[in-house]
Amino acid sequence: MTRTPLRPLARILKARQNGENPDGIERENLRLRHEDIRDKARQRAEGRLLVLGVFFFCAFSVVGARMGLVAASDPVEPRTMSAESRIVAQRADIVDRRGRILATNLVTHALYATPPIMVDKSRAARELAAIFPDLKEEDLLKLFTGERKFLWIKKKLSPEQQQLVHDIGEPGLLFGPREMRLYPNGGLAAHILGGYSFGREGVYAAEVIGTAGVEKAFDDFLRDPAERGRPLELSIDLTVQAAVEWVLYGGMKLMNAKGAAGILMDIHTGEIVAMASLPDFDPNNRPRPLTESDAGDAGDSPLFNRAVQGVYELGSTFKIFAAAQALELGLANANSMIDANAPLVWGKFKINEFRGHNYGPLLSVTDIIVKSSNVGTANLALMIGPKRQQEFLASLGFFDATPVELIEAPGAKPLIPNRWSELTTITASYGHGMSASPLHLAAAYSSLLNGGTKVNPTLLKRTSVEPGPRIVRPEVSAASVSMLRQVVSRGTASFGEVPGYAVAGKTGTADKPKPKGGYYDDKVIATFASVFPAYDPKYVLVVTLDEPVDTTGPKPRRTAGWTAVPIAAEIIRRTAPLLGLRPMIEQAAADGLHLTAN
Amino acid sequence: MKSFSFILSVLAVMGLVFWAYNENYKTKAAVDEVDYLQREIGSLLETRAVLRAEWAYLNRPDRLRELASINFETLKLMPLQPEQFAQVDQIGYPPKPEPVLDLGLELENIIDVIGILPEGETEPSAEDEDLFEPLPKANP
Repeated sequence: MTRTPLRPLARILKARQNGENPDGIERENLRLRHEDIRDKARQRAEGRLLVLGVFFFCAFSVVGARMGLVAASDPVEPRTMSAESRIVAQRADIVDRRGRILATNLVTHALYATPPIMVDKSRAARELAAIFPDLKEEDLLKLFTGERKFLWIKKKLSPEQQQLVHDIGEPGLLFGPREMRLYPNGGLAAHILGGYSFGREGVYAAEVIGTAGVEKAFDDFLRDPAERGRPLELSIDLTVQAAVEWVLYGGMKLMNAKGAAGILMDIHTGEIVAMASLPDFDPNNRPRPLTESDAGDAGDSPLFNRAVQGVYELGSTFKIFAAAQALELGLANANSMIDANAPLVWGKFKINEFRGHNYGPLLSVTDIIVKSSNVGTANLALMIGPKRQQEFLASLGFFDATPVELIEAPGAKPLIPNRWSELTTITASYGHGMSASPLHLAAAYSSLLNGGTKVNPTLLKRTSVEPGPRIVRPEVSAASVSMLRQVVSRGTASFGEVPGYAVAGKTGTADKPKPKGGYYDDKVIATFASVFPAYDPKYVLVVTLDEPVDTTGPKPRRTAGWTAVPIAAEIIRRTAPLLGLRPMIEQAAADGLHLTAN
Repeated sequence: MKSFSFILSVLAVMGLVFWAYNENYKTKAAVDEVDYLQREIGSLLETRAVLRAEWAYLNRPDRLRELASINFETLKLMPLQPEQFAQVDQIGYPPKPEPVLDLGLELENIIDVIGILPEGETEPSAEDEDLFEPLPKANP
């Protein structure tokens, strides 16, 4: 680039000759130079703007094109992320407290037909009817030749059946993959697990949904992909559950009962270690629930969970609550003498003892429990009063449905009289006039006997549990255990003695109410609520038998002491070692206490 | 100088293109491999689920109870009893092996050595007779 001089000598000289001002030339040149500089700067700026413009245009077109692409294309998960969610099962397993499988999934196939592409419809119908005895050839043929373009034939196939269908060689018979639920232990813990069915069905998959029990109560958890197939850990112990069901079944048959329920509960955490209800069913092949048109009582259906849904008058097992409350309120101690002169006349009602005994005129509180005196308990309850008794029973959970995690639980509310009169106070004190489920009883016994803090029954495995609100003082709790221990060592539950495990408990025999009012003479609900070992209570066991009768003696015997207690004792003998409880040689202190009491 | 830097940058771009091309194919191969492995993991998990279900089915308490009663003659399995709890010192451990006295001497014909009486010795005393059978005298 050549630089133009501001004062070119030739032009200056010329201008001087002509008498012009040479400064004009300089100004003129300076102006030209400035214009030149300005033009260049402008050009550069314009160029930069252009580059920037092109850059932004490209950038925005890339963003725009990407947005358009994303919007137009099918959504696909990133490949490196997709794998984990694809391989976990559709529904999580259910395991017991030691990780043994109670429910899991199996891959199987469903069979469907597309009649438009079938080759030989009559042959296909004939062969299918031969493979599946429950299908009829004529029905199938009618379906194949009808209007339908697609129809389901079987929801689940075994591999053998699938092979047989393959062997027909019909192109119109197709398989869709299915996940089915498998309960490998059959009928074990059937009422707890519930059952399953298929929800929305597609060709390539079908929803597996829970229909009862924990399968339904935890349906959302089991199907939540965010849990990544984490199994649902129940508090049930498979071995203990099997032993309880086995003994309970044998006992039910021996005692000619039509139903039985057993609950084994951890007294401190409220974990249900075993819960059985007989008769039971196989959740792999859950029977159809009874409908209105079916004859018979829904309570006799195998689907009915007696332990949770069965609300019964639980009889004398309630007496310990009146005694414990009297102790808690300071109205009596274990040795106070209470009026037990039978019969107790209240208005137009007469309260009698079992078989017209009279244990009176006075009985100690301990002996009221040991001898199961209705009159003594009634007098204790009258000392306590209706309001305080109601509050105490409510604090033990007898006025609400149990909070256990079963879909059936909220529906099983205890039956409470509308008006809590003094007569209700008397009858409720020995377990009549109000009904509750065996699970209520187990939870209440746990709350009362674990040192006196409230326990909520649960089916989930717990690692630690905060003690609930206090219900009775620890001394009252210990005194209650001691009274219950004497029921077994020298009272109505003498068959409940299991060497080494110091069983404590209370029997209860309640007449069954007739559906139309009144009570049956020869049908009872026999209950034994027990706690063991008495020196350090760890587990509560409640055994309930429906209409038991022991016919080994000269006269039929129906009381719980003859029916439910021996079964409970056998359950404890079988399960306590499985629970890891060492047998202990008992101190002979109980006898000394009994002598001073008399 | 200018043309040199130009050629250098062109070469660099070509190199980068080549590198990107290679990386692209390597990535695709790796993703394919991951896919394959995930499928394999999936099928193995499925197999494991089936095996676990089968294991649970074969170990169901009903079946074990039946097997125990069928094979009672050989196994003699009974339900766990409270009596089976014991203190550690009540357990009959096998006796410890006797300590071996090692004098560094080789004993030969041990029985003979016990039995043979030295010359001139009388018959074994009555106490000894309880312990040993009288042996024929060394020198009748």
